[in-house]
Amino acid sequence: MQRFSSFRDFDWMLMGLVSLMSVLSVLEIKSATLHTRFHDFDHKQIAFLLAGLLLMLLIAQIDYHRLLDIAPWVYAIGLLLLVAVRLVGTKVSGGRRWINLGGGIHFQPSEWVKLALILVMARFFWGLAGRQPGWMDIAKVFTLIGVPMALVLIQPDLGTALTYFPILVAGLFLGGIRLRQVIVLLLGLILLVGGAWMSGKRLKPYQMARLTSFIDPGSDPRGAGYQILQSKIAVGSGGLWGKGTNQGTQTQGDFLPIPYTDFIFAAFCEEHGFVGGVGVLLLYFLILMRLIENAQQASDLPGAFLVIGVVAVLLFQIVVNIGMVVGLMPVTGIPLPLMSYGGSSILFTFLALGIVMNVRMRRFVN
Amino acid sequence: MAFMSKSDRPSDRDEKVSANKLHATQYIVVLVLAVLAAGMWRLQILGVDSYRVLAEANRVRKEPVRAPRGKIFDRDGRILVDNYPSVSCYLLREQSKDLQADIPLIARGLDLPVEQIEATLRRYASSPKYVSIPLKLDITQDEQAFIEAHRNELPELETFDEQRRLYPRDGFAAHLIGYVGELSAEDLNSSKYDFYQPGDVVGKSGVEETYDEVLRGTDGSRDVVVDSHGKEVGQLGQQLAVPGKDLRLTIDLDVQRAAELAMQGHNGALVAMDPHTGEILAMVSRPTYDPNQFSVRLTKDYWSQIVNDPDHPMMNKAIQAQDAPGSTFKIIMSLAGLQEGVAQDMRVMCNGGGTFYGRFFACDKHHGMVDIEHGIEWSCDTFYYTLAEKLGIDTIAKYATAVGLSQKTGIDLPDEATGTMPSTAWKLKTQHEKWYAGETISVGIGQGSVQVTPLQLARALGGIASGGVLKRPHVVFPDELPPDMLPAIQSTFPGSGDRVIPITPENWETITDAMAAVTVTGTAAASHLEGIDFAGKTGTAQLVSHSIGGNNLLTGNARANAWFVGMAPRRNPDIVVAVLTEHGGWGAEAAAPLAAQVINAFVTKQRQREGNLLRVIEASKPAVSPVPGPSGVPTASATPAARPGAASAPAVKQP
Repeated sequence: MQRFSSFRDFDWMLMGLVSLMSVLSVLEIKSATLHTRFHDFDHKQIAFLLAGLLLMLLIAQIDYHRLLDIAPWVYAIGLLLLVAVRLVGTKVSGGRRWINLGGGIHFQPSEWVKLALILVMARFFWGLAGRQPGWMDIAKVFTLIGVPMALVLIQPDLGTALTYFPILVAGLFLGGIRLRQVIVLLLGLILLVGGAWMSGKRLKPYQMARLTSFIDPGSDPRGAGYQILQSKIAVGSGGLWGKGTNQGTQTQGDFLPIPYTDFIFAAFCEEHGFVGGVGVLLLYFLILMRLIENAQQASDLPGAFLVIGVVAVLLFQIVVNIGMVVGLMPVTGIPLPLMSYGGSSILFTFLALGIVMNVRMRRFVN
Repeated sequence: MAFMSKSDRPSDRDEKVSANKLHATQYIVVLVLAVLAAGMWRLQILGVDSYRVLAEANRVRKEPVRAPRGKIFDRDGRILVDNYPSVSCYLLREQSKDLQADIPLIARGLDLPVEQIEATLRRYASSPKYVSIPLKLDITQDEQAFIEAHRNELPELETFDEQRRLYPRDGFAAHLIGYVGELSAEDLNSSKYDFYQPGDVVGKSGVEETYDEVLRGTDGSRDVVVDSHGKEVGQLGQQLAVPGKDLRLTIDLDVQRAAELAMQGHNGALVAMDPHTGEILAMVSRPTYDPNQFSVRLTKDYWSQIVNDPDHPMMNKAIQAQDAPGSTFKIIMSLAGLQEGVAQDMRVMCNGGGTFYGRFFACDKHHGMVDIEHGIEWSCDTFYYTLAEKLGIDTIAKYATAVGLSQKTGIDLPDEATGTMPSTAWKLKTQHEKWYAGETISVGIGQGSVQVTPLQLARALGGIASGGVLKRPHVVFPDELPPDMLPAIQSTFPGSGDRVIPITPENWETITDAMAAVTVTGTAAASHLEGIDFAGKTGTAQLVSHSIGGNNLLTGNARANAWFVGMAPRRNPDIVVAVLTEHGGWGAEAAAPLAAQVINAFVTKQRQREGNLLRVIEASKPAVSPVPGPSGVPTASATPAARPGAASAPAVKQP
C-alpha cells in the first residue's frame, strides 16, 4: 500500500483555512488577555501553533496504515496514561486531569486518547472488512470507547468524556449500523441517562449545578448560570458589527469568564459582532467540508474512517462550545478547536489534521 | 435514512465509503452550523438592544456624590460647625459570591460585631440588591488598608469619600445645633421625609433639622466604569453635587461660651435673647451630649448611656423643660396687678405668711409691711398671695397668656414645649372640674399648675421690659433665608410670634426699677454687677406641694428648682437671660450668679466693640433706647422714651 507521496499532494487549501483560523485565534486571545496577568498567552499560543504545525507535518509523513498497525499500542498507552493521571495527576479546581511534566508543561492524557480512539475505531471497522456490524461488534466498539470514557468521567471531566462519544457514533454510522440497532441503542441510552438523572448522585455537585443552571440561569448568579448569562450578554451586546478589537466591555471588564479559552467565541462575537461570528462559522464550514471531501477521496475505507472520526470530534466540539456560548447548551468546559487557548487542545487538533493530510497524500491507490 | 438502506452495502465492499453517507454528514454539518448561526442571530440581531442594556448595567455603576453640607457660623461669622473629609465603607451585595461566608472576615477587618453586620443586612433585606449598604462610617486607615488588601476576596466592600460633620467638642451648643443622621426605614414613613431617599443624611434635631433644606444641598452622582470585581477603571460622566448653603446663626459665640461655662456642673438650661429682635444670643442645656458621636459611629453603649440618663441629656431644656416658674412669675403678677390698678396702693403685712380660704400659706421671711416695689425686690410671697386673691385666676391667666405663656413662642427649633397656664376654662377642659378659689393663691407665687419653659420666661420678661413689645425668638436671621423659606418656617413653627401688648409706662417703670433693686439690695444682691444696669428676678420653685412657700427646699430630686430671669439694661434691654437650675435650691444662689456671668460677658463685649470704655458710666444708667413705646399709649409724652424722669433716673435705685 505504501506509495511515494510529496507535498504537492498536501492539502494547501485546508492549510490556508486552518492558518486563517489560527490568526483569528491569536488576535482574539491577545485582546482577551490585554489587561490581565495572562497577557503573554497570545505568544504562547503562537508557540503551540508552531509546535502543532510541526507535529502535523511529521505525522503526515508516516503512512496512516502504519499508524493503524500500532493503533492497539497507542490505545493501550492512552489507557495507561489515564490510569496514571489518577495516581500522579495534578489536581486543579476539583479535577485531576493533568500530568505535570515539569518546566510548566502540563500534559492532558484525555486529549491524546481522542486520537487513539479515532485510530482504534478505524482499525476495528477495517477489521470488519465491509461486513455490517453485529451486536457482538457493537458491544466491542462500546467497550473500546466506554473504558477510557469512564476513566475520564471519574477525573472528573464530563466535557472531554463526551467528546469520545461522536467517534463512536461516526464509526457505527460509517460502519453500516442498522436502523433496528440504532433504535435499541437509543432506548438503552435513554434508560441509562434517565437512571443517572434520577439517582443524581452520579454527577458531581458542580456538574449538577451546571445542568440545573442551564435550565434556570437565574438560580445561581455567580455560578455556571452567571457564566452563561455573561456569555449571552457578551454575544448579544456585540450586535451586527461588534464593538471592535479590544473594545468588548464584557471581555475587557472581566465579566466574561475565561474569555481566552472556553468562552473565546463569546469574546470574538462581542468584539466582531454577528458578521465576525458568522465569518468564523463559515470558516468552520469550509474546513469541515474540505475534510469530508478528503474522506471521499480516501483510497480505502480506514482512511475515510479516520477523516470522518476527526470531523465528528471537531464538529461535536464546535457545536457544544458555540452552543454553550450562545446559551443553547450547558457549560461543559470543552474548548473550541483552533480558537481556544491551550497546548493540549491545539496539539490534538493539529495531529488530527495531520492524519487527514496523511490520508489525502495517499489518496491515489497504485 | 439513506445510510441504513440495504443498497449501501455493496459500496461498502468496494473499500470506498459510500457517497450517501458523506452527503448525509455534509447535511448534518450545514444543519448544525445553521442552528448555531440562528442562536447568534437571536442574541446579536434580535436581542442586541436588551443585551447592550445589560452590558452597560454590568460595567457602569451610578455612585452617589454627597453634597457637602453647609457650614454653620455664629453671628460674627465665626465657625461653629465644619465638615471634614472621611472615608466610609459600603457593602455592595450584588458583588458578593457568598456574603454569609464572608461576614466573619468582614467583621474582623472592620472591627464590627458579627451580629451588627447581620442586623444591618436584615434591615436592608427588602431593598434592591444594587443598593449599597453603609457598613461602617468614618473608617480608620487600617480598615481602609484591609479593604484594599482584600479586593479579590471581598469584592463587595467599597469605600466612598464623604464629608462629615465636625461639631464643637464637649457638647458645646449641642442642643441648639442638633446633629445629622442617616434616614432609617421608619423615618421614611413619615410625611416629613417625603422627598428623601433611604440612606440620605439629614438633620435630626436643632438647627440641623429646621434648616436641613438650606444646609443639605443637592447630591450629585458619577457614572463609574467598573470591572467584574467592582474595581473602578474609569468614569463616563458626572452630575456635580450642589453644596449646601452656609448658615449664620444669631448666636454670639462669646455669650454662648460664657453661658456654657456658667452652666458647667449644673443641670438645667440657660437662654439669652435680644428682646429688640428676638435673636437668640446663647442657648445651653445641661447635661449635654456629643453630637459627633451621632453623626458617625453611635455605639450602643453611648446610646443607652444617653437614653437611660435620668437627667435627659438629649432634651433641649431651654425650650422643652416645663417647670413651675416660682417667684419669677411675680413679674407677670406685678404686671397684672398694676395694669388692673390693684397693686399700686396695696400694702400687705408679712408675718411669715398668711391664711387664705382657711389654709396657711408660708413666706420664707417676716418682711413686715410690703408694697409692690418691695414685693418684687424681696420676693415676698405673702404680698403675692394677697394680690392673687384680689385678681382671681382668670385675670392672672389673661396677662400670663398675653405675655406668651401656655403657647409656643414659635422659635425656629423643633419640638418646643407649650407650658401650662391654669384658668377656670383650662381646668374645666382638662380635668372637667370647677376651679377652687384656694388654688389661685399658690399660682400667685408661680406654683400650682403653672408651667413655663426658660425661653417663654425670657421672652415674657423681654417683652415687659421693652414696654410690651414681644418678639418671636429665632436662631437664624430671617432676611438671610431664601425668600420662600421664611413663611414655611413660620408655619412649621406656629407660636405667639411678634406681638405688642399695652403696658402703662408708670407700671413699666415700677416693675423694671424694682427688678433693678433685686440685684442691689434684693434677693439677688450677691450677684450685683458693678457698673452694669443689671435687673432681674429670682425664683425658687418647690417641687413638693406641702413645702410650698416655706424655707424647706428638700434635697436630691425633690430639691427645689432655682430660677433667675435677668436683663441689661433694665428698660428696653439689649439682653435678657433666663436660667433654670434643676434641683439647684435657691434661685439667688444657684441661678442668679450664672445669669450675671452671661450678662457681664455680653456687656463687656458690647463696650469693647464700641471701643469706648469712657461710656461705661453712661451705659450703667437706665437706657432710653429708641424702641417705640407700647401701643395703646395715647400720647407721645407718655411714652417711656420721652419721659425725662426715666432718662434721668439714677442708675441704681438706692433704698
